[in-house]
Amino acid sequence: MPEIIRYPNKLGLIGWLGGGKWGVERYLYTLHRVTGLGILLYFLMHIFVTSSRAISEELWRSTMGFFDSTVFLIGEYLVFAAFAFHALNGLRLGLIELGFLTGPAEEPVYPYKSSLNVQRPFMIVMMIVAAAVIIVGGWDFFIAGH
Amino acid sequence: MSNDNGKDQNFIFRVRRFDPEKDPKPYYQDFTVPCPPGMVVLDGLWYIKENLDPSLSWRSSCRMGVCGSCGMMLNGKPHLACHTQVRELAKDILLVAPLPNFDIVRDLVPDLGPMMDKHRALNTRTIRDDGEEMLKPTDQYWQDPEDLVKYLQFAYCIKCGCCMAACPTLATDERYSGPMPLAQGYRYLVDTRDGAFKDRVKQLSGEQGPWRCHYAGECSAVCPKGVDPARAIQLMKRQLVFDYLRLSKLRYRKPAGLLPQEKRAKERREGIAEPPEFTVEGATSLQ
Repeated sequence: MPEIIRYPNKLGLIGWLGGGKWGVERYLYTLHRVTGLGILLYFLMHIFVTSSRAISEELWRSTMGFFDSTVFLIGEYLVFAAFAFHALNGLRLGLIELGFLTGPAEEPVYPYKSSLNVQRPFMIVMMIVAAAVIIVGGWDFFIAGH
Repeated sequence: MSNDNGKDQNFIFRVRRFDPEKDPKPYYQDFTVPCPPGMVVLDGLWYIKENLDPSLSWRSSCRMGVCGSCGMMLNGKPHLACHTQVRELAKDILLVAPLPNFDIVRDLVPDLGPMMDKHRALNTRTIRDDGEEMLKPTDQYWQDPEDLVKYLQFAYCIKCGCCMAACPTLATDERYSGPMPLAQGYRYLVDTRDGAFKDRVKQLSGEQGPWRCHYAGECSAVCPKGVDPARAIQLMKRQLVFDYLRLSKLRYRKPAGLLPQEKRAKERREGIAEPPEFTVEGATSLQ
């Protein structure tokens, strides 16, 4: 029997954004992953910079001097914003994963309402809190702190 | 708007084609299809096959949203072709493509085999010790309506694969079981007639379990039957966490038995068919 040829149709990274109905939760999903990767990158850079102190004080000062610029200040703020979002969205996800915000199973009656509808008010509250933290942080970063 | 004037309106069906014997990769082909009000996408595909191109391939059967065969991407979103009206989705062009995250066998036919393999791998069937009773049932198992509601929503799944096509985690992760198998895994995890809770928990705690889901919710948004796989996966995580903390009662649950003697029918009711003979030669059990 001849082998059946199949064409691979995996969405890959495009699937993080496409392929569904593009609800808000999908964008939060993608942003959660991207901010997680961003925080990890910052963490690696942080270890690299801090470890230079173990070599010599001069190297530490020159490395810190390299990062003392507006570009890296904005970068640092983006890390802060990513952390604020990641933490508050992570709290939402943690509560959902423990089944507190999904509601119990119920008979599906058309038009269907899913667990997305149950958690959405809390999601909106958490995103407002995240936005407030990010705005206040920006004020502190760029206005009050300098 | 001219969409509801009761007359036929021509739509362009932009169909993704792929013939494994001659095409190096898929391409789009346009067909003009006259669509009266209420016409579903599946009817449009049949029109193309009967009038324009008999080689167009897709999978369908029941035509009424029950069999789950005709899942496909319609204007970039997973739908069942048999219960999606053309005029609800499109103004003049309808993009028709096979479900992503599955290999394409031909045209609009996805290879659902890997999904069914993952489904089977999670032991999605009732597992009990009393095999003889399951094979030759003498009566029904006793289950409260409250226990039924805990899994009934997930038992409506028709395995169409729409949720798998919409899942962003599955798009980049081969090892993840996906929404359909996991929802069905949960359906049996909480079924009081099942007796394999400990084994299921052990299996679900591994790579094929629910932990790669971060609640994008697309599976529930696209499900044509309101099954809500995202809810099942989160409730499954809850069971796994509570069981790890030894707070779950399900670990100590005995599978539901037969009705108490006083509630059972005195004689087997007329009209209840005997179970069929095994179709596989030499088979002696459901395993």
